[in-house]
Amino acid sequence: MDVSQQPLVRLEGVEKSFQRGSEQIHVLANLSLQVGRGEFLALMGPSGSGKSTLLNLVGGLDRPTAGAVEIDGERIDQLSERQLAAWRARHVGLVFQFYNLLPMLNAERNVELPLLLTHLSRGERREHVRVALEVVGLSHRTRHYPRTLSGGEQQRVGIARAIVNDPTLLLCDEPTGDLDRKTGDEILTLLQALNRDQGKTIIMVTHDPHASARATRTLYLEKGQFSTEKPE
Amino acid sequence: MKFVSLVWCNLRRKKLRTWLTILSVFVAFVLFGLLCALKEAFTAGVAVAGADRLIARHKVSLIMLLPESYSRRMRQIPGVDSAVHFTWFNGIYQDDARNFFASMPISDPEEFLKIFPEYVLPESARKEWMATRTGAIVGRSLAGRFGWKVGDQVPLKSPIWPRKGGGAWEFKIVGIYEGAKRATDTSGFYFRYDYFDEARMRGEGEVGWYAIRVADPDQAERVASALDAEFVNSPFETKTEPEGAFAQGFAQQIGDIGTMLIAILSAVFFTILLVAGNTMAQAVRERTEELGLLKAVGFTNGLVLVLVLAESTLIAMAGGLTGLGAAWLITAGGSPMPSVLPVFYLPPHLLLVGLGMIFGLGLIAGLLPALDAMRLRIAVALRRQA
Ligand SMILES: Nc1ncnc2c1ncn2[C@@H]1O[C@H](COP(=O)(O)OP(=O)(O)OP(=O)(O)O)[C@@H](O)[C@H]1O
Ligand SMILES: [Mg+2]
Repeated sequence: MDVSQQPLVRLEGVEKSFQRGSEQIHVLANLSLQVGRGEFLALMGPSGSGKSTLLNLVGGLDRPTAGAVEIDGERIDQLSERQLAAWRARHVGLVFQFYNLLPMLNAERNVELPLLLTHLSRGERREHVRVALEVVGLSHRTRHYPRTLSGGEQQRVGIARAIVNDPTLLLCDEPTGDLDRKTGDEILTLLQALNRDQGKTIIMVTHDPHASARATRTLYLEKGQFSTEKPE
Repeated sequence: MKFVSLVWCNLRRKKLRTWLTILSVFVAFVLFGLLCALKEAFTAGVAVAGADRLIARHKVSLIMLLPESYSRRMRQIPGVDSAVHFTWFNGIYQDDARNFFASMPISDPEEFLKIFPEYVLPESARKEWMATRTGAIVGRSLAGRFGWKVGDQVPLKSPIWPRKGGGAWEFKIVGIYEGAKRATDTSGFYFRYDYFDEARMRGEGEVGWYAIRVADPDQAERVASALDAEFVNSPFETKTEPEGAFAQGFAQQIGDIGTMLIAILSAVFFTILLVAGNTMAQAVRERTEELGLLKAVGFTNGLVLVLVLAESTLIAMAGGLTGLGAAWLITAGGSPMPSVLPVFYLPPHLLLVGLGMIFGLGLIAGLLPALDAMRLRIAVALRRQA
């Protein structure tokens, strides 16, 4: 089969449970999912349903208790810690609700962080950073520190950091959750453009139906299972 | 290199805390440097002691005197190369008790310089000394202390040895000797015994102690026993020991300095370890999300460990290197109390020990927090903010 025909993300029988004290919490049970290349998937569901947990598994930030996580044909659940770190650096971009910028670094340096792990020269890194900030429309704020940026601007920096390595997969956990409607819309427009114009595959967790409307597909997660219909 | 600025910006985060930590490390290393110099000062005599030299003193006490006539008998003992005697003079300059230094008459300038080759005296000065009855030689540091030059007349008073007819003893500086090694004491004032013995009011023929050079250092023990055996059952029995042991005994009269200094240093470094360790622990704790983020974008556990260790090492270096440097500058300025501590400097090997301790401190203080940072699980670290 042609590689480009394969789904980019494939989860097979994934289980995830946490140990909390003596109690075992089953968050995901026998979950399967396929996300094709170029999809913009919105993931909805009540709080505590395991959306972030699922995103962590797809992004290689955590490992499933059982099952297979395959990204672009690679079983990332079988990689070593070190390999997984290198894999994350190359293949995923992460966008968070609270932006997770380093307060001591300016916008430019925050965006540069993932590039520090590459062999790029200083000049090449600078160029990549410039392009990424331009894509998110922040060319005029490159030297600003996070505390001097608005929420929307901080999230743009966060997105620039996520795309600076040119990953195929963007994982966004409530990217507009902390923004007002108008600013949130701008961020969604940006994500949509990245999906449409740059072919990024996006999985976005959101509570906002307004946001999920921008996606090409929406899945609801409840009690560890998916449904395509919004549960009552 | 590209990670250095990452470490640097973390140090700037809590500037006051960083500065206070650096300051406490600084103080600790200044203290370390000074205590090392102090220890060196007390043990210098032991370190430079000639392996071929014995010291013979009165068996009962160092302050009891021996007959001058022992010189001749000592020289006849097999294995003895030469012998010179000293008497504690306690000369005081300008009637001020603070102007005190080691001053003593020695029996024979020629023998003296032969037995103590670490005192380097120009040939002309030596000839002058032989020719000048009231001649005295002074060490470089002592000469510097009072600004004495060759040819100066120096009057000294001795509370122990009054002069016949009263008044001060008059000496003429005939030479200034240098130390062959850095640890050589150049604060001495030596003059001729013949002048001293003739002019002293009492105690004629009595001297303080003897320095004996043995022909073969390996035979030193045997010669020492032979010397003591020679004078056994006389009214003036001797106790002869290698110069190193003699100097050590001298230092131990002041207390076991070495042990004391090590105890102080251990306490200082234990404290500083806690201070620096606590700083690093706080630094890591308040950055949990950021460390999680770094790992999320692909920083390996090992790299995160190194970054934290680099941070604590940088703090240790900032405080430690400046502290050692300051201690070095202070000691380079010379002894604060030349009369008590004639030799006072920071020996290079202890400087190296200091460097080792700086890195040790940085690594140990950073280790536990760094391990915490390394073990931090991303999913958990990132959740903290939500
Ligand atoms: N590291 C962990 N240790 C223990 N329990 C955890 C851990 N991570 C998640 N959980 C639990 O797993 C469940 C799912 O958490 P998750 O964060 O995935 O939910 P979510 O769908 O993202 O919720 P929200 O919409 O509030 O962000 C919750 O009950 C949570 O308490
Ligand atoms: Mg969540």
